Amino acid sequence: MKILVCISNVPDTTSKINFTADNKSFDKNGVQFVINPWDEYALTRAIELKEAKGGSVTVLNVGEADAEPNIRKALAIGADDAIRVNAHPTDAFFVAQQIAAIAQEEKYDIILMGKESIDFNGFQVHNMVGELLGIPSVTPAFKLDLVDDTTARLEREIEGGKEVVEVKLPFVASAQQPMSEPRIPNMRGIMTARTKPLKVVEPVSTAAKTEYVNFSKPEKKGGVKMIDPENAGELISLLRNEAKVL
Amino acid sequence: MSVLVFVEGLNGEIKKSSLEAAFYGSQVAQTLGTTATAVAIGDVHQDALARLGEQGISKVLYDSDERLKQFVADAYVKVIAAAAQKENAKVLVFSNSNIGAAVGSKLAVRLQGSLATNVTTLPKTENGAFTVTRSVFSGKAFADVALTSEVKIIAVKKNALEIGAAAGNAAAVESFSAALSDADFAAAPKETVMQDSEGGVLLPEAEIVVSGGRGLKGPENWHLVEDLAKALGAATACSKPVSDLDWRPHHEHVGQTGITISPNLYIAIGISGAIQHLAGVNSSKVIVVINKDPEAPFFKAADYGIVGDAFEVVPKLIEAAKALDK
Ligand SMILES: Cc1cc2nc3c(=O)[nH]c(=O)nc-3n(C[C@H](O)[C@H](O)[C@H](O)COP(=O)(O)OP(=O)(O)OC[C@H]3O[C@@H](n4cnc5c(N)ncnc54)[C@H](O)[C@@H]3O)c2cc1C
Repeated sequence: MKILVCISNVPDTTSKINFTADNKSFDKNGVQFVINPWDEYALTRAIELKEAKGGSVTVLNVGEADAEPNIRKALAIGADDAIRVNAHPTDAFFVAQQIAAIAQEEKYDIILMGKESIDFNGFQVHNMVGELLGIPSVTPAFKLDLVDDTTARLEREIEGGKEVVEVKLPFVASAQQPMSEPRIPNMRGIMTARTKPLKVVEPVSTAAKTEYVNFSKPEKKGGVKMIDPENAGELISLLRNEAKVL
Repeated sequence: MSVLVFVEGLNGEIKKSSLEAAFYGSQVAQTLGTTATAVAIGDVHQDALARLGEQGISKVLYDSDERLKQFVADAYVKVIAAAAQKENAKVLVFSNSNIGAAVGSKLAVRLQGSLATNVTTLPKTENGAFTVTRSVFSGKAFADVALTSEVKIIAVKKNALEIGAAAGNAAAVESFSAALSDADFAAAPKETVMQDSEGGVLLPEAEIVVSGGRGLKGPENWHLVEDLAKALGAATACSKPVSDLDWRPHHEHVGQTGITISPNLYIAIGISGAIQHLAGVNSSKVIVVINKDPEAPFFKAADYGIVGDAFEVVPKLIEAAKALDK
């Protein structure tokens, strides 16, 4: 079983978000980067499947050299090898093209990634990859099991419920909680990660289809209005008459 | 050239998020001096489709193929692509739902289009540009994105835009079918299980959400959240530790790693307001926080707050809510 897990390198979940003075790009100053939390669900599920059935897990990142510490972390958690496509990920379509190009050469049985990244919140790449490769994509999946060597059984979330889907390999799926329990790398993992192969390849050329022209932050709220707990019921009339939301 | 909107049905009716997409589409059509057509699939009543006129839709293409009652991405994509071709649609509008965003991303590849999901504004179209604003960084920022391809695909964030009144004439409903083959159903679901919504409100679509955190101490106290939700016609939600502890099902967990919601009113009971929780709810229009700790970070994001013990405060709220004449 050959599994590809795509990871993105995103600002730590607690980061304060700031932009450069011209508001054209994200200001990385003082920001800690982590593996996208959704991708960790994909990564650990892939490793669990490998542990149960054999095979290999390759991690793939489309990004610049500063993503390498997190790629090494994925190796320390248990991936076997890694590929970095050396490019600034301009938009979802660009990233999907890079992933599809690698997948076309390497013929993975399963391609997994998180359902979205917590920076650009696109929720697009997995479906684009599926479409580019002409294979099914199941998203967002919170359960993934293999029925046999050729078929997988997934549960995906839909608004108001869930669907059970069986697909033939190869396929793409995006992960959401609780597909797996993310792991913390141990000392042995960290040591062996240093010797695992990390291949850097140049991107295939594609034009992005969107262009980020400006970033801004939401307006600050007007402050909180406190209500005496003794007269808590007053809140309900404020919500109706003042806030007009009831 | 026209605008095409994909609308999703639920139990024969059109989802509120799809009505928002329909209104959005008709507004874009007006700006571009053209008309907006909707495409609907599966289980939607004819009269619900005709009522899309209220959102400014002039025509609805309806594919009633039984096999499409369940969501099958490849088949849906084929139907919508065929409708786009028939209508010569250059702008396609979806709701930013699990279905809408999935179908939109596949179509972006198939139609070589520019795609923006999580969109919160109508497009700006000055000087030949076509720019929309989308919510990014888990609601902590916005980005203006130029869609540069000829075909533009937009998935509209739920509850981001008010639905205004449009033309008002009933939409003409035409039956429509794309040549679907068995291969299009290769990834068809074996089974669809809807959550038990005993008259309850679905969380992703809800305008009011009552949510509980670890401060509620255990699942046996959830009647407080449920009773308040019932009295307000709200959906229920929870924080991550609550679903991790199995007090509540995972699909109720909101936040950065749960679902993102933007209701008109979000009431958080016994939730600290950690940044990861806020990420899923910070675009709610009005936030109410009930917490016994006056230092709880959630108060900084709140519009209304009560410092008090949930077990004393919430029964009073339930009583007041029940007394509201609906
Ligand atoms: C990568 C990552 C992703 C995460 N994603 C999410 C996510 O998507 N969603 C999410 O919710 N969390 C998420 N978390 C967890 C998050 O950081 C917090 O741990 C979590 O939100 C805390 O939940 P809580 O407020 O219910 O519990 P607690 O932190 O235990 O807070 C309970 C609150 O209840 C109050 N309280 C206690 N008793 C009472 C009472 N009787 N009456 C009134 N108030 C009372 C307390 O004062 C306290 O503020 C994530 C964390 C990480 C690291």
